[in-house]
Amino acid sequence: MTAPLLKVEHLEVRYGDLIGVADVSLEVPPGKIVALLGSNGAGKTTTLNAIIGVVPTSSGRIVFRSEDIAGMPAYAVVRKGVALSPEGWRLFVQQSVENNLMLGATPLADKSRIGGLLERVYTLFPRLAERRKQQAGTMSGGERQMLAVGRALMSDPQLLLLDEPSLGLAPAVVETMYETFVKLHDTGLTILLAEQSVDLALEVADYAYVLQVGRGALEGPAKELAGNAEVQRVYLGIG
Amino acid sequence: MSLTLLQVIVSGLLLGAVYALFASGLTLIWGMMNVVNFAHGDFVMLAMYAAFVVWTAFGGGPAASVPIAAMLLATVGVLSYFLLVRHIMRGPMLAQILGTFGLALFLRYSAFWLFGSDFRTLPDTILGAPFEFWGLRVDAPRLLAGAIGLLVILGLHLILTRTSLGSKMLAVSEDAVAAQIVGIRPEYMQAAAWALAAGATGIAGALIATFFYTSPTVGETLAIIAFVTVSLGGFGSVPGALVAGLLIGVVESVSAYVIGPVYKDVIVYILFVLVLWFRPQGLMGKA
Repeated sequence: MTAPLLKVEHLEVRYGDLIGVADVSLEVPPGKIVALLGSNGAGKTTTLNAIIGVVPTSSGRIVFRSEDIAGMPAYAVVRKGVALSPEGWRLFVQQSVENNLMLGATPLADKSRIGGLLERVYTLFPRLAERRKQQAGTMSGGERQMLAVGRALMSDPQLLLLDEPSLGLAPAVVETMYETFVKLHDTGLTILLAEQSVDLALEVADYAYVLQVGRGALEGPAKELAGNAEVQRVYLGIG
Repeated sequence: MSLTLLQVIVSGLLLGAVYALFASGLTLIWGMMNVVNFAHGDFVMLAMYAAFVVWTAFGGGPAASVPIAAMLLATVGVLSYFLLVRHIMRGPMLAQILGTFGLALFLRYSAFWLFGSDFRTLPDTILGAPFEFWGLRVDAPRLLAGAIGLLVILGLHLILTRTSLGSKMLAVSEDAVAAQIVGIRPEYMQAAAWALAAGATGIAGALIATFFYTSPTVGETLAIIAFVTVSLGGFGSVPGALVAGLLIGVVESVSAYVIGPVYKDVIVYILFVLVLWFRPQGLMGKA
């Protein structure tokens, strides 16, 4: 078995007295889509934020390409090859679509690659190409989600973290979005996908972890979890 | 319109362009990080002394003093950010106010210590005699100050709206966490804002020194103009500072001409109160 691209070991994140994540361990092998499931408040967003480095970890290890990146600030983590499409998009709403994408390319050491990467994003999301001069704040939810993913792709990451990419979007938009994730997966991109919609995530993922109040509760190959009644139980908090 | 009135308006516009320039530094810092720099007037004062020193030390005029003051003040701005502002930003609003106010006092009394309390002026001849065109009499220092003021504001505006640096700075002010996620170091961009703002202020100070007295407390007088300009134009808006600066310059010189120089400030403040009454966010500020 090849070494995992990302390995999280016994991650704990505290916000003062509050515990965001109590004990989460997971592995993301290269080239796979790994789903991080759980109901609202289970710790999915906190886990992704700890990996990218915008919340401090209180204990545990986050190993990316055999280097411990726990506690590293986000601007350093993204230069290692991790990118995040955050929950709620967090776009630069006063700036144009193209400026948002260009900002996503900040970690690139070789700026001559920007043109090609911009082209890739516009091919994946033709809608963004049509709106490149438009202010990000004037776009629909679906377009904003596209832009958040596009912005993350502009740093040409090896690991893409997606936080709730279906949240609040129309089913047709979600379907297109997930088709894009499959396309990206086919090109060899590794994805860690946090998602509340279990069925949706298990359809595209290779492997999945289910979190329950800040702890890993269940894990397994996506195909096995898809038919597993245990997953439903964990979700409903019966387990 | 009489030629004299036109003359008055032109000199008002030239003065207004300088007001706009030194207000733009203040508005930039606010727009970038919601910090009011109470030492802003004293930054101008430092730049005026820089111009004075350049002239007394080797007889250099604005061609030398403007770039020197710009670089000196950009350095002062970056140092102020890293040594003071970055730390007080984590504290309550009161800490920010008192922190930059303390910096103002530090700079002011350093100037007393270094230069004494005498009022200094650069010689009128530093840029040659007033000249006329189309029947208008224009002082060379004021024309130069007005023209450079406009150019620098335009340059600042282009940097903020058209360059990658400006885009990153705006990104940090919009959402500092999102900026980190895309790989920007917020403190670098904030330091850059301080360098730009203080550098522009340095240029303004070196220009003002060519037609205004310099003293350790001149910053107080000038800071009030800057604060009025910024609130009239809208906090955070560089184009707003330009419009407000020109407006204040013209209102000031027209009312000095029509009613009398003693009353010019009264008229400016009446205008100020009226505008804020109906548009509290300023002329071009966001509500």
